[in-house]
Amino acid sequence: MSATASAAAPTREEIVEWVTQSTNEVFQTMLGMEAKFGKTFIEDPGKGLSMGVIGIIGLVGDWTGTAVVSCSSPLACKIANTLFMQEYPNVTDEVLDAVAEMTNMIIGNLKNSLESKLGTMGLSIPAVVFGRNFATRRSGKESWYVIQFEVDGERIDVQLCIAPNQNGMLTGAGVPRIMTLA
Amino acid sequence: MAMNVLIVDDSAAIRKILQRVLRQTEMPIGNIHEAGDGVEALAMLQQQTVGLILSDINMPNMDGLEMLGKIKSMDAYKTVPVIMITTEGNQNKVMEAVSLGAAGYVRKPFTTEQIKEKLTGLV
Repeated sequence: MSATASAAAPTREEIVEWVTQSTNEVFQTMLGMEAKFGKTFIEDPGKGLSMGVIGIIGLVGDWTGTAVVSCSSPLACKIANTLFMQEYPNVTDEVLDAVAEMTNMIIGNLKNSLESKLGTMGLSIPAVVFGRNFATRRSGKESWYVIQFEVDGERIDVQLCIAPNQNGMLTGAGVPRIMTLA
Repeated sequence: MAMNVLIVDDSAAIRKILQRVLRQTEMPIGNIHEAGDGVEALAMLQQQTVGLILSDINMPNMDGLEMLGKIKSMDAYKTVPVIMITTEGNQNKVMEAVSLGAAGYVRKPFTTEQIKEKLTGLV
């Protein structure tokens, strides 16, 4: 195991501070919107999100994990309206692109903070899931940090699961599985 | 004379935002071409002439640094400014971009003004 894989995990306070900083910066700079911190808690693996728009991105390095940014469809449309300066009454491919990029920027900036403690990391290409009546399940055994914000009266959650990358093998920390319920 | 621009980013959202920002500047912008990675960008440069390139660093297939090195080895593009626009906070990568000949660096998230300011100073 490398030195950074055996490094102490960031504290819960550090993670919450870094996620809050990154989320605030991205919303303020790109959208001119305030992301008000709501609450934070830790969730066990198992049942995950089941509706809305969900951006998912993987982190890989001496530590590995998954980050998820999720919001309601109306907030996703508001984000795209502001980002692209045009009206999106419904979720379209462009709205999903907007959420993917917001996820990429929030987690990209979070990654810069995590690297100060955990060594160099890479990010996967973001994936976005949208719909209703689906189920996600978080595999692995690691817990998830959930940090909730309020933007323009709507909730947005940032979730992070991270663990040491044991002996160069991915632990599959948190990887969410998505199943549709037809 | 209007200047053609190439935007290189694997994010369709960022390409769309940068298109809008470029059109809002007072610069004489001609055609704006888009590529999703370094490979596509190099292929495009074989067919099009551009006077400015805005590029991400972290992209699939060929990243922005490798692409930048190849562009700067092309006689036709040695002096064309390439501005890197990225979430990458790793200073080694930023320094590598500068040493490879990047004309500037803007960190994501960015404001429209930051992009305009960077362009005004360079072009």
